[in-house]
Amino acid sequence: MNRFLLPLSIFVVVVGFLGIGLTLNPREIPSPLVGKAAPEFSQPQLYDQEKVFSPADLKGKVWLLNFWASWCSGCKTEHPVLMDLAQSGQVTIYGMDYKDQREEALTWLQRGGNPYSVVGVDEVGRVGINFGVYGVPETYVIDKQGVIRYKQIGPLYPDTVEKKILPLVKQLESE
Amino acid sequence: MIPEIGHFALILALCVALVQGILPIYGAAVGNSGLMAVAKPAARTQFLLVLTAFGCLAYAFADKDFSVLYVAATSNSQLPLHYRLAAIWGAHEGSLLLWTFILTLWMFAVTLFSGHLPETTRSRILGVMGLVSVGFLLFMLTVSNPFERLIPAAAEGRDLNPLLQDPGMVIHPPMLYMGYVGFSVAFAFAIAALLGGNLDAAWARWSRPWTTVAWCFLTVGIALGSGWAYYELGWGGWWFWDPVENASFMPWLAGTALVHSLAVTDKRGGFKVWTVLLAIMAFSLSLLGTFLVRSGVLTSVHAFATDPKRGLFILVFLAIVIGGSLALYAWRAPKVGLGGSFAMLSREGMLLANNVLLVAAMGSVLLGTLYPLFLDALDLGKISVGPPYFDSVFVPLMVPAIFLMGIGPLAQWKKASVPDLAKRLKWAFGVSLVSALTLPIVMGNWTPLLSLGLLLAIWIVTTSAIGLRERLAHVNGNSLVERLASVPRSYWGMLVAHCGIAVFIVGVTMVKGFETEKDVRMNVGETASIGDYTFRFDGTQDVVGPNYTAARGTFHVSRDGRETTVLYPEKRRYPVQNQIMTEAAIDPGLLRDLYVSLGEPIDDGAWSVRLYHKPFIDWIWGGCFIMALGGALAISDRRYRLAWRRQEPVVPVPTRTARRKVA
Repeated sequence: MNRFLLPLSIFVVVVGFLGIGLTLNPREIPSPLVGKAAPEFSQPQLYDQEKVFSPADLKGKVWLLNFWASWCSGCKTEHPVLMDLAQSGQVTIYGMDYKDQREEALTWLQRGGNPYSVVGVDEVGRVGINFGVYGVPETYVIDKQGVIRYKQIGPLYPDTVEKKILPLVKQLESE
Repeated sequence: MIPEIGHFALILALCVALVQGILPIYGAAVGNSGLMAVAKPAARTQFLLVLTAFGCLAYAFADKDFSVLYVAATSNSQLPLHYRLAAIWGAHEGSLLLWTFILTLWMFAVTLFSGHLPETTRSRILGVMGLVSVGFLLFMLTVSNPFERLIPAAAEGRDLNPLLQDPGMVIHPPMLYMGYVGFSVAFAFAIAALLGGNLDAAWARWSRPWTTVAWCFLTVGIALGSGWAYYELGWGGWWFWDPVENASFMPWLAGTALVHSLAVTDKRGGFKVWTVLLAIMAFSLSLLGTFLVRSGVLTSVHAFATDPKRGLFILVFLAIVIGGSLALYAWRAPKVGLGGSFAMLSREGMLLANNVLLVAAMGSVLLGTLYPLFLDALDLGKISVGPPYFDSVFVPLMVPAIFLMGIGPLAQWKKASVPDLAKRLKWAFGVSLVSALTLPIVMGNWTPLLSLGLLLAIWIVTTSAIGLRERLAHVNGNSLVERLASVPRSYWGMLVAHCGIAVFIVGVTMVKGFETEKDVRMNVGETASIGDYTFRFDGTQDVVGPNYTAARGTFHVSRDGRETTVLYPEKRRYPVQNQIMTEAAIDPGLLRDLYVSLGEPIDDGAWSVRLYHKPFIDWIWGGCFIMALGGALAISDRRYRLAWRRQEPVVPVPTRTARRKVA
């Protein structure tokens, strides 16, 4: 090959990559836990503190785990979406009340409605650390084998539910 | 009304740029001097139009015209005037206007100082610059118009990012852009030469001063940015290998290589093809830097508001300008032929090796900067590349480059001999080695890197001294002063710039080797020691600035019981953007900086505090300014002054003109 063409060829390759780069979002952070088994935990439940909430009981089910808190404003945006999803009955949602006051959490659920079939309490945030929670709200889709298949950072929007969560849940149900 | 005038001026400027980009180049191709003559007035008109637009935007800022979207987004009525004016380049749209303005400023300068150029060359140069300007004007007018109205007008502006409300930020971008855009002149010279097919020594001689000036600005611009990061970000670092810093550093490396390779083309007629490629590369990297900053393809602390539409525009523009010039290069360069032959061990050989090392360093910075993007695009995962990578590839490439920097200026052109060089350099080498090994021991901390750094710095200074002594032996003059004065300024320029590198290396080495820092919790009245210095915290006071409120701490610093200085670091809150800013307090000094920054308030008036003792850190920026001073000396050399004062052709000219001069 003509060596004078070399700079041009390198440049063409770089431009190709830059073009692809424009379609990507460098700020999107992947979770290393996707594809791995969800961390085990056993936490007291919000309503009945005598009982524990543990994912071991959920083997064989596809379920969502939603980290939330009464102090979190993103959770307020997300709440109606969760309510709709819960009412549609397409998937069961479990909640994890993250670094929160019990009284305030209860008031919040009383006011906005409770989309969760069970709510666990993670008062010190230990479960959050094991799941790699950056900030609430975060939602995990967990399959029948207890493997995390998807992680949503930030609030769920109707759009994300329609396009990502529900198709994935359907697929996982049929596996 | 005024913003509309600015907008209209930009539209007119685009029309003029189109004319300037097409007619003169076509005229030069067909030999029509009427068309070629369009270049000069068109460039000047374009400059005036963009200046008008720039002035209109400045007026809108000064007048607090919040009906202009850009003004409302980047300033505030509480913001002092000088920062309102600096806010012109505080965000995306205005930065582009500054870019274009500086491009036309360089064009204007070319029209002033190109009297000695042949008409065809000048019209091609201005034509190429006009085409570059078309791209930027089109960009502004289509997707990033700084004069866009906001109707109804905002009652109050959203304010300038508090990080940018700083004197360093007022001058850093214009300096940097002068450098970036300045390489467009060397680029235009190279393209003009490729178009005309006359890559000769004269072309290199004309390009040299322009390239050097741009290089000086870029050097100062980068130094200012680094200094700003040091005192404004509050954690004492001065270089972070952030993608945007790299974006300014790559053109600098390519530009440094270009400055040296131009010298060979000028003096010996060699390296022509390589020099042209470097000229294209330096400007291409400036454009690439603009793309990286504006498009948001990489995460960076400099993240301006990003918009994929803008990214796409710049990418297409980039592909046309760089792709086009590299294609032209591939087409024309094979016909240029090689310059005179030379032995590998000669001044040319060493400059070539130096060039290769600089370009390799540039390539590895480019690779490290784009690597996360490559992996992401190939879906191989997300990573980030940080200082460990850059440090470990950069240092091994620079060490031989700096070693050669000492020998190169002493080697003969064409062919040098090893025994001769060894004889002339043995003292320099001995002195450097011994002092590099012993100095760290005297200072009480011997590490291999510390010794290496000092070795390189002393090597540069001692070899420069030998070079100067030999030079003095060969010039005429009775007294030493007379002989010093008859050494050409371009030679002084080289010595000074090289010594600037030495100063820079001392700074980096000493900071890395001896800096100390402490993170402490301090109650009112408590003391903490770092190095020989004792800091007493006397509590904080609330102060009110023009557009912020602050807690200002008072620290009495003493050494051996005697007070050295009082430092007042601040924690500022800017209410408009609700941002908290750390204003470090620094006591600068030739041999050390003392640096205090406030962390967080704890309770009862106690604060978490960061204390730094940074030996020789100011040498880092001092070195950069000395380098730039060297560049300035080089272009003030007698032959350029004469060439510009006479404004007469220094190249073979049509006999008609020459005869008229005689008459």
